[in-house]
Amino acid sequence: MPTFVRTDKCDGCKGQDKTACMYICPHDLMKLDKDGSETGHAMKAFNQEPEQCWECYSCVKICPQQAIEARHYADIVPLGGSVQPLRGTDSIMWTIKFRNGTMKRFKFPIRTTPEGSIEPYAGKPAADMSKIEEIGFFNQENGFRAGDRSELINL
Amino acid sequence: MAGEFGNPEVVEEEVDILLIGGGMACCGAAFEIMRWAEGTDLKIKLVDKAAMDRSGAVAQGLSAINTYIGTEQDPADYARMVSNDLMGITRDDLAYDLGRHVDESVHLFEEWGLPIWKTDENGERHDGSKGMTPLKDGGKPVRSGKWQIMINGESYKWIVAEAAKKALGIDNIEERIFIVKLVNDKNDSNRIAGAVGFSTRDHKVVVYKFKACLLAAGGCVNLFRPRSVGEGQGRAWYPVWNAGSTYSMAAEAGAELTLMENRFVPTRFKDGYGPVGAWFLLFKAQATNAFEEVYMVRNKEMLDDYPPYGHAAVPASCLRNHLMLKEMKEGRGPIYMDTVTALANLRETLSPREVKHLEAEAWEDFLDMCVGQCGIWVGENIEPEKKNSELMPTEPYLLGSHSGCCGIWVSGPTDVGAPTDEAEAGVPDHLPKGWNWGYRSMTTVKGLFTAGDGVGASGHKFSSGSHAEGRMCAKSMVKYCLDNPDMKPELADSVDDLVAEIYKPVKNFLEHKDYSTAIDVNPHYITPKMLQFRLQKIMDEYVAGVATYYQTNGKMLAVAGEKLDMLKEDAEKMRAKDLHELLRAWENYHRIITAEAHMKHIEFREESRYPGFYYRADYNLVDEENWKCFVNSVYDRESRKWTCFKRKHVDLVDKSKLFK
Repeated sequence: MPTFVRTDKCDGCKGQDKTACMYICPHDLMKLDKDGSETGHAMKAFNQEPEQCWECYSCVKICPQQAIEARHYADIVPLGGSVQPLRGTDSIMWTIKFRNGTMKRFKFPIRTTPEGSIEPYAGKPAADMSKIEEIGFFNQENGFRAGDRSELINL
Repeated sequence: MAGEFGNPEVVEEEVDILLIGGGMACCGAAFEIMRWAEGTDLKIKLVDKAAMDRSGAVAQGLSAINTYIGTEQDPADYARMVSNDLMGITRDDLAYDLGRHVDESVHLFEEWGLPIWKTDENGERHDGSKGMTPLKDGGKPVRSGKWQIMINGESYKWIVAEAAKKALGIDNIEERIFIVKLVNDKNDSNRIAGAVGFSTRDHKVVVYKFKACLLAAGGCVNLFRPRSVGEGQGRAWYPVWNAGSTYSMAAEAGAELTLMENRFVPTRFKDGYGPVGAWFLLFKAQATNAFEEVYMVRNKEMLDDYPPYGHAAVPASCLRNHLMLKEMKEGRGPIYMDTVTALANLRETLSPREVKHLEAEAWEDFLDMCVGQCGIWVGENIEPEKKNSELMPTEPYLLGSHSGCCGIWVSGPTDVGAPTDEAEAGVPDHLPKGWNWGYRSMTTVKGLFTAGDGVGASGHKFSSGSHAEGRMCAKSMVKYCLDNPDMKPELADSVDDLVAEIYKPVKNFLEHKDYSTAIDVNPHYITPKMLQFRLQKIMDEYVAGVATYYQTNGKMLAVAGEKLDMLKEDAEKMRAKDLHELLRAWENYHRIITAEAHMKHIEFREESRYPGFYYRADYNLVDEENWKCFVNSVYDRESRKWTCFKRKHVDLVDKSKLFK
């Protein structure tokens, strides 16, 4: 299901040098056609290598204009279905349309803290340099499983 | 001075530690390292070929964390499971060490905001948004299997990356930098001194010098011809951007590789490659042939051919494939996941509220990590409660973090009874004898560390374990730098030569592009895409891809060797018409080296250790007497030749407990 960009919605991220989809695509697929020479649509993004698209939906989810959708892999999938998300700050809504017209909607949580709120070291101790060669991390979150030493048969 | 196409700007930078990659392993390292580096003046930098928010294997999200030990299991239980799933040959020291550390990372993920499903006191399950007791304070996860816990993981990577970026500081991170080559030290060829790569956004080559680096750039995908023929080729099971960069760059730098013959051939929902774990483990579905016979029951005597690995409560993954392939070869396909019966059965046992959530859970399993499978369901009008879905074994993948164990040979922990000597003859003299040589997770090349898919002979670490492994590297890299304050890295190659080598595909293009009228057909160069097709065809037809039902033999491997030699020569003629194609050119170069390692190891190991993943038709048995050992190798960058050798396997935990 390569992603595609709708000409009626994409605004090229308002003339910035790089679009949100270019920023996020893990496989460097999205490209801004600045002068329209590649697509006939100036200042709009496009998927430059659709047969390498993993369908990870990173571009679909990040697009501020909801201009990106997916058309399922044409060499595999019959036409007519669609799977479209709307990703918010704490949840994601999915609208799913079958080829036969059946619709389903789902909403799932995606995170329990506000985006940008992580303070990685807040309330955590400094590293104890005298323990740098010992087992374990700089802090413990009740997750270290010391193990039953009698299980080790080659000591 | 900004560069231009064909004439890049060259940026040289010296740091103490470079983190190469932005996936779970490097995110773990970033978090852990800044605490240990506090007050040391060590300069640390991370480079990622993509954007950290969505890079690596967790980019799309996940519906489960596959490694969470919990309080009810021992790291030794975990090491046993890893060993049996990988047919008895893994490093217990690495698996055990991971098992005791991994839950620490899971507890952090929950603190940072990852929603983790919980089971309440009545045994009912709730999604992760309900604010129930955290795991670290005794909250009960929803176990989909013995080791897996369910999450609402659409933003898993986004969350983990936020913590890593905050810890490291945005000034110490550069995205869209693709490292393509490690450089050894001028004064010590077995030490790492630098790395070179380029920006996929600007005309810029980067040359880093450092004392230590963490190379964690994933496994290898698309080295075999995929089952899809057109657009669907992007729908690889593992992320399509994993190009073997970890294995190839480490090999070229002289690092010892291990078990590169191992591969993973996951059985997944056909074409979309959606996950099956929750269907088997959470929904209790069964896989059948076209005649509704459960092949694990029908063919269970086939497990007796592979004692003891076939006799564990959960037989090794490859053997489950082995039993399924019999059905396919004998014409009883298609293979199905019986979703209809499974969901009907569950309706009888769950509360009304849970039934309501059941359908959503089934869809979320795909939507969180494999949206493409939903695309196939909607296109083919498949509702899982009404219609069963086909299963299919995929094309082979190389990785070290999932149900696979190829990768790099690393130094392990010192307190679990690992061997300190080597009993097999034939290990090259310059390599360490025992399983630890000073710094946890360091490869056999000084200063070069790896984690996640990079670490071989372990496996089953998945997302959480890769994060934890990155954290282990962080500590030992800091220690390594503090132990070597006066070390001054000097690159063995000149910067001019390195720049020329990296931009060779661009030069090939600019020099020859006007020779023919069709830009892609030119006798002086080959496009990265066609080179990839050639690699995939060789691997598929001669090195046990889907075309031969995963079978090969010594004669076929010899032919593959000849063809790969010529492919390697032609790789120097790859063209790049833009930076995007330069990215593809180097990814494919990495794929070739990785593929060659895979082929050489399969050739060396004269048995079929992983039936269902691949078969040597000329040695179609598991030969415990001669081959219950590691197969390791080193690559010589000058002669471009591989040397394979055995290392003795030693059990550090008692495996017989699996079979009682």
